[in-house]
Amino acid sequence: MSEDQNFPAAMGHPTAHDVEVEKAAAGDPVADPGLAAHEPRPTDVDPHAEKRAERQIATLFGLSSVCAVLFVISYFVFKVGANPTIIAGLGASNVALGLTLGLALLLIGMGAIQWARKLMSDVEMVEMRHPAASSAEDREAAISSFQAGVKDSGIARRPLIRNSLIGALAFLGLPLIVVLRDLGPLPGNKLAHTVWRKGMRLTNDIAGTPIKPEEVEIGQLINGEPAIFYAKDAQGKPVIEGTELLQAKAKAAIIIVRMKPEDITPLPNRRNWGVSGILCYSKICTHVGCPISLWEQQTHHLLCPCHQSTFDLADNGKVIFGPAGRALPQLPITVDSEGYLVAQSDFHEPVGPSYWERG
Amino acid sequence: MRLLTARLSAKRRSPLAGLVVVLLGLLLTGGAYTFLSPASAQTGSADQSKIDAGRRLFLVGCASCHGENGEGVVTKRGTQYGPPLVGVGAAAVDFQVGTGRMPMARPGAQAQQKEVLYNQEEISQLAAYVASLGPGPAEPTKAQYDVNGIDNASVVRGGEFWRTNCTACHNFAAAGGALPGGKYAPSLRHVPPKKIYEAMLTGPQQMPVFSDGVLKPSEKRDVIAYIKSIQDSPNYGGYNLGSLGPVSEGLAAWVIGIGALVAFAIWIASHSVRSRKGAKA
Amino acid sequence: MSTATSNGKTAARAPKSDPLAKVATWADERTGLAGLAKKQIRKVFPDHWSFMLGEIALWSFVVLLVTGTLLTLWFKPSMGDVVYNGTYDRLRGVTMSEAYASSLNISFDVRGGLLLRQVHHWAAMLFIASMLVHLMRVYFTGAFRKPRELNWVIGTLLLLLGTLEGFTGYSLPDDLLSGTGIRAADGFIKSVPLVGSYVSFFLFGGEFPGSVIIPRLYAAHILLIPGILLALIGAHMLLLVFHKHTQWPGPGRTNDNVVGYPLLPVYTAKAGGFFFVVFGVTVLMGGLLSLNPVWMYGPYDPSQVTAGSQPDWYMGWPDGALRMMPGWETHLFGFTLSWNVFLPIIVLPGLTFTVLLLLPFLEAWITGDRREHHLLQRPRNNPTRTALMVGLMTMYAVFWISGGNDILAIKLNLDLNYITYFNRVAVFVGPVLAFWITRRWCISLQRADQERLLHGYESGVIMRSPEGAYAEKHVPVSADEAYTLTARDRDEIAELPAASDENGVRNRNAPLQRTRAKASRFWFGKNIQKPTAEELDEAKHHAEVELRVHEDGHQHLMSDGYSGNYELDGQPADGHQFDGRHDTEGDELRKGH
Repeated sequence: MSEDQNFPAAMGHPTAHDVEVEKAAAGDPVADPGLAAHEPRPTDVDPHAEKRAERQIATLFGLSSVCAVLFVISYFVFKVGANPTIIAGLGASNVALGLTLGLALLLIGMGAIQWARKLMSDVEMVEMRHPAASSAEDREAAISSFQAGVKDSGIARRPLIRNSLIGALAFLGLPLIVVLRDLGPLPGNKLAHTVWRKGMRLTNDIAGTPIKPEEVEIGQLINGEPAIFYAKDAQGKPVIEGTELLQAKAKAAIIIVRMKPEDITPLPNRRNWGVSGILCYSKICTHVGCPISLWEQQTHHLLCPCHQSTFDLADNGKVIFGPAGRALPQLPITVDSEGYLVAQSDFHEPVGPSYWERG
Repeated sequence: MRLLTARLSAKRRSPLAGLVVVLLGLLLTGGAYTFLSPASAQTGSADQSKIDAGRRLFLVGCASCHGENGEGVVTKRGTQYGPPLVGVGAAAVDFQVGTGRMPMARPGAQAQQKEVLYNQEEISQLAAYVASLGPGPAEPTKAQYDVNGIDNASVVRGGEFWRTNCTACHNFAAAGGALPGGKYAPSLRHVPPKKIYEAMLTGPQQMPVFSDGVLKPSEKRDVIAYIKSIQDSPNYGGYNLGSLGPVSEGLAAWVIGIGALVAFAIWIASHSVRSRKGAKA
Repeated sequence: MSTATSNGKTAARAPKSDPLAKVATWADERTGLAGLAKKQIRKVFPDHWSFMLGEIALWSFVVLLVTGTLLTLWFKPSMGDVVYNGTYDRLRGVTMSEAYASSLNISFDVRGGLLLRQVHHWAAMLFIASMLVHLMRVYFTGAFRKPRELNWVIGTLLLLLGTLEGFTGYSLPDDLLSGTGIRAADGFIKSVPLVGSYVSFFLFGGEFPGSVIIPRLYAAHILLIPGILLALIGAHMLLLVFHKHTQWPGPGRTNDNVVGYPLLPVYTAKAGGFFFVVFGVTVLMGGLLSLNPVWMYGPYDPSQVTAGSQPDWYMGWPDGALRMMPGWETHLFGFTLSWNVFLPIIVLPGLTFTVLLLLPFLEAWITGDRREHHLLQRPRNNPTRTALMVGLMTMYAVFWISGGNDILAIKLNLDLNYITYFNRVAVFVGPVLAFWITRRWCISLQRADQERLLHGYESGVIMRSPEGAYAEKHVPVSADEAYTLTARDRDEIAELPAASDENGVRNRNAPLQRTRAKASRFWFGKNIQKPTAEELDEAKHHAEVELRVHEDGHQHLMSDGYSGNYELDGQPADGHQFDGRHDTEGDELRKGH
């Protein structure tokens, strides 16, 4: 075996004959001519070429070391942080570090490969293959050993032990599943509600200022939030903050738009949901929940940048294009005694992506 | 669109009719001016002469779509050919004409930005005329949009407004984005601050209006300051691939990354030159 | 390998002069690995560029391990609120998660930190891309056939896990883009019938976004998935070593041997060098090309979004499917089933990976081939298989285009909606067309090979008869090439089963066998089979007649019965001089020059 392999091909093919006989039997029309004789490279026969290749490879390795040193220099020379070094509009540190380290690595790689290509022996070797399977005896021996072991255990003769063990292992699955229970709370009806309540003011996102209808012009878009996000308690701490704020925001974000009243075609039960052409919709796409605010003021279309669902806000948020399955939920609004826009109630349906028990 | 223009022309009987009307109008106003102006030349406000000059320009360059008195033109199908300009204000004119969007080269999904056809004086004359049609937003003053010397906290706040109101269409790096039906939100890089301010104020084309009542002038200025700051900010990590997000990055990974590595693989496995010519390895 | 003889005092001692042998002896006495090493150190690997594609994946995985480990030193996987007070001006004073703040810190305050992030991300993109390219190479060349089906299965799992690993990593910095990705993932999960909202609440520890998703994804990203990846990569490599690499057929390269260069030194240098090349290229990309500039996106806020919100390229195809899907939703008995999300993002990828896993077994069942195969097939020699993969690739491409439809729309001045309408049709029509074209193309290439084998190649030597007829001389291909072209199996089409055997017993399996026979006819039916020895002999004879110098000392073209003199008749210059194969030494015509 060890003689078969590592055998320079040029020196002959140990089993070529056998293979040929086999092939001929299989109806192979052309006999295997065998491996071609090895052709030497210039570096194999010409000492000058060999020397040249050697120098070339050493140069690659040498340049690599230079790059590594340059990397260290760049590390200390180019500043990051508040006043980073900028060269030609690029962050000098990143570019210099990347360039020097990248080249240092690349040059080592190229040198090694060039070494293999030019100087290492390129005499092809032949190694014989063997079937992937073990011999039939080995397999039988393995199977009979296994069977002997199984027989020894008596698992087949003692069904009581066997079945109780299987039962015990099966029951062990229960703790495994049960410990996962505390990964999170159950949904309950949390997905069906938002923080919007009757009389809660609509505010401009970020600024948190309440909005009066007369400030809103035709064609206007306001990215809004419920006023409670900007409310402070007696100690001056926000009423909702942190994770709770993000969770509430993920459902309660709204967009407020104003159209010409004559352009709007509300459903019969939505006639009083707006204030002189000002309508309020959920900002959360009914497809998979991206916030949408690409509003075309002339067509009244609202596009989701994630998957291009398009809703017609003049027509009750109806889907007119794309993968969303449901109209965008509308928030009924009115004005309070001080003349600010407020919600009439929470959304009448769950906002955001669909889920099984949504109904 | 051809259909639309065809119908319009049919309505007007002849394409030359418009020109004749315009020339007549010019003659009449010009004539009237010559007759009336000597008396009021000194007393008539400079504004009025500006408005009149604006009207003359309007009749030549704008009236064919927006109507002779800026009342707008409605097609037979009831759609707007050119919207009415009563109440759009001087800011809208300065934006539309000052960025070359108006006059439009041809009707289409969206007015393209192109070479500006009027000089600054003509634009302000046009703006004065349109502003005289009805009250609308005036051109912002330099103090409103000038972001020089603005403090960092304002830039940060501008960034927050930017991400809430603008990135959905214009992309996180102001590189622009797609809208339905072949429309698009343009790149905001290298747009003058005044034009950005006017766009927010007037809501050109499909862009919604961000009125001063809701997005305060100082907040608008913060947004502009943020846009300018990211426009001037260096590319810390190297060439930015157009700042288009993962699509251009993926393309680079395949073309540059896989491309280069496959080229190396081919080099590694290639057979180098043999010393005997014409022999096959 | 008897241990008794080398135990204790009788241990073999290496000559003192050889320190290597000393070390080897020391190690072997404790591990007994010499038996294994003697075979593997000079193990032979065949040389071909396409065999290095999988190596790109392997080495980029190593790059990922190195850069990822370094990134963990600075990254804080926490969703706790902090007010940013770092060096990046434009976000100073903004409330954000610790994860995002630490991403900014890595990008701006750690020297080389941004480089690490970018190299890690580029390497991730290349890791999955090279796995895909490697998969296509393996499929197109039939390298998945027995005994390598298991390695195909492992490879497919690696692709799946690599994709998940990529997605979890994409989600960690908690910038606006990655948060949008998680938000969409929450929508995907909620679309699963029955358990969707429960799974979502368990995963997010309550309502989206909660405060635990990033630590949980982090655990999966740096421990769970890489652990499995590492184990599977190990198994993949072990099986590769055990099976020995496949090779292209050629003179001396048969199904029973492997011809190439030894592991030490040639492949150590080539593969080791390639590691440095892969590392170098990713570092160069990390240094020169900006990737995922998290500071530009801003911190995640569930009420914000940016145009061009896309997943990384490897998730682009299911995202594209999502964009193309019509908005179908069923409301029944108070329950909602959103086909518009569930089908493209949960069912489609599941189905795709199942089909991918089953491809080798499907083909083995159709062909009934149970032999071991170590010789690769040229894609043209299995037209249906090649066409099948090209069809799948076409479908993938349509999904991909759809995934980038907004960017295509602005960059190519196209209409977003029409791209979607086009793709909705193209996703069904495109693959069928691509399948049909590819299959015909492959069969034509087979025909061209057959021509070349039977009638030789065009020598470029034009012969003119005195009548003025021109004919190009065809010269037989070399024995090497003839062997290479015929070193492939004949396709065997399964025969239709008999309804009953000779004893009249009904064949219960007949319907299944009939299906198989039909599938086999579909798979192989139109292929061109390699010539038999007789056909080849006949063609050779034909050619010899054509080239023979007749008794009259002249060579004749077969046509027209012409028997006059040709310029080159009787001369050695019969075209072989110019084919690069013929030994030209002692050539009469060349002597003068």
